[in-house]
Amino acid sequence: MMLHMHPADWLDLFVHYLSLSLLAVGGAITTAPDMHRYLVDQQHWMSDSQFNSSITLAQAAPGPNVLFIALMGWQVGINAGSFAAALLGVAITMTGILLPSATLTYMASRWGHQNRDLRAVRAFKQGMAPVVIGLILATGWLMSSAHGKSIANWPLWLATAITAVIVWKTRIHLLWLLALGGVLGWFGWI
Amino acid sequence: MNPSPPQDRPQPRSLSDLFISFTLLALQGFGGVLAVVQHELVDRKRWLSREEFIEDWAVAQIMPGPNVVNLSMMIGSRYFGLPGALAALAGMLVFPMMVVLLMALAYSQFADNPGVAGALRGMSAVAAGLIIATGIKLIAALNRHPLGKPACLLLAALCFGAVALLHWPLLFVLAGLGTLACVLTWQRLKP
Repeated sequence: MMLHMHPADWLDLFVHYLSLSLLAVGGAITTAPDMHRYLVDQQHWMSDSQFNSSITLAQAAPGPNVLFIALMGWQVGINAGSFAAALLGVAITMTGILLPSATLTYMASRWGHQNRDLRAVRAFKQGMAPVVIGLILATGWLMSSAHGKSIANWPLWLATAITAVIVWKTRIHLLWLLALGGVLGWFGWI
Repeated sequence: MNPSPPQDRPQPRSLSDLFISFTLLALQGFGGVLAVVQHELVDRKRWLSREEFIEDWAVAQIMPGPNVVNLSMMIGSRYFGLPGALAALAGMLVFPMMVVLLMALAYSQFADNPGVAGALRGMSAVAAGLIIATGIKLIAALNRHPLGKPACLLLAALCFGAVALLHWPLLFVLAGLGTLACVLTWQRLKP
């Protein structure tokens, strides 16, 4: 794939990510379907498989999952033909997706901290606690479900369950567990 | 109900301490950084109590944008204002971004290796366990909740069922259950 990206195209990319930023409630991944519509279907700036591998790679890598957006900017730049363009793509997509939401979050959390004794602020923060815990458990469940419900995948479910108990009951360094999971998977034991 | 941190509580010493701490957190976060943030900042470093962590995570979750990025900025700004928020944000993003871009460069050569695919599968199974343990550990923070523990556990279970089992959109669950929980809590709190 060989693109000719004009300055107006880069600007369009930037504006599109700016506009998605405040819609990303529940994480940047919730806007992935719209990014697919824009980057793949409408602009033809990357292929379907390039889009999917951006998401997969970012989830396999350490760090926040939002880095899949950096990989999309990178891919657009690579398709435009140079590493310089790829770095420009990273800067444009990441700044676009983060600038509005980070500014809003910063101001809202400052306001909340300054008004932390207000009854409404206390009610919001404490009232959300049980819901947040349910959400965290649901996230873990959904990640486990990616193993597949087939009975043949029981070692993966067992690994998840054992990990949960070990982390709950001990203060072991999490990297040991991740490394062990990687080794077991490498040899095909789970 | 939400006291400012006591003076004897450990705190980040400087902006570079914040930056380095968040860089190390992010680089350990395979399959999500949430579990690592809770484990390191609450259980090990003790910069935050469990209650404070949940309150911050609730706000980080409600606000648009990536949750752990929001959380890192909020924690950074708590100690050092805007420079703290930016140091934590940079820690969360700069080195992990370099790693992910290097991985993208290497990906084409290793994508077909069954060992690599297996290792990723094993690590994601562990990552799921880390998140579940994070949720279980935080349940202890509900002990002194104004609604009482049974009502809290019921709300948590309803939220889990709606999102994990029924696959309802997050926005509806937060708007519905979240509003209910906040209104009930508001009634219990003394003005």
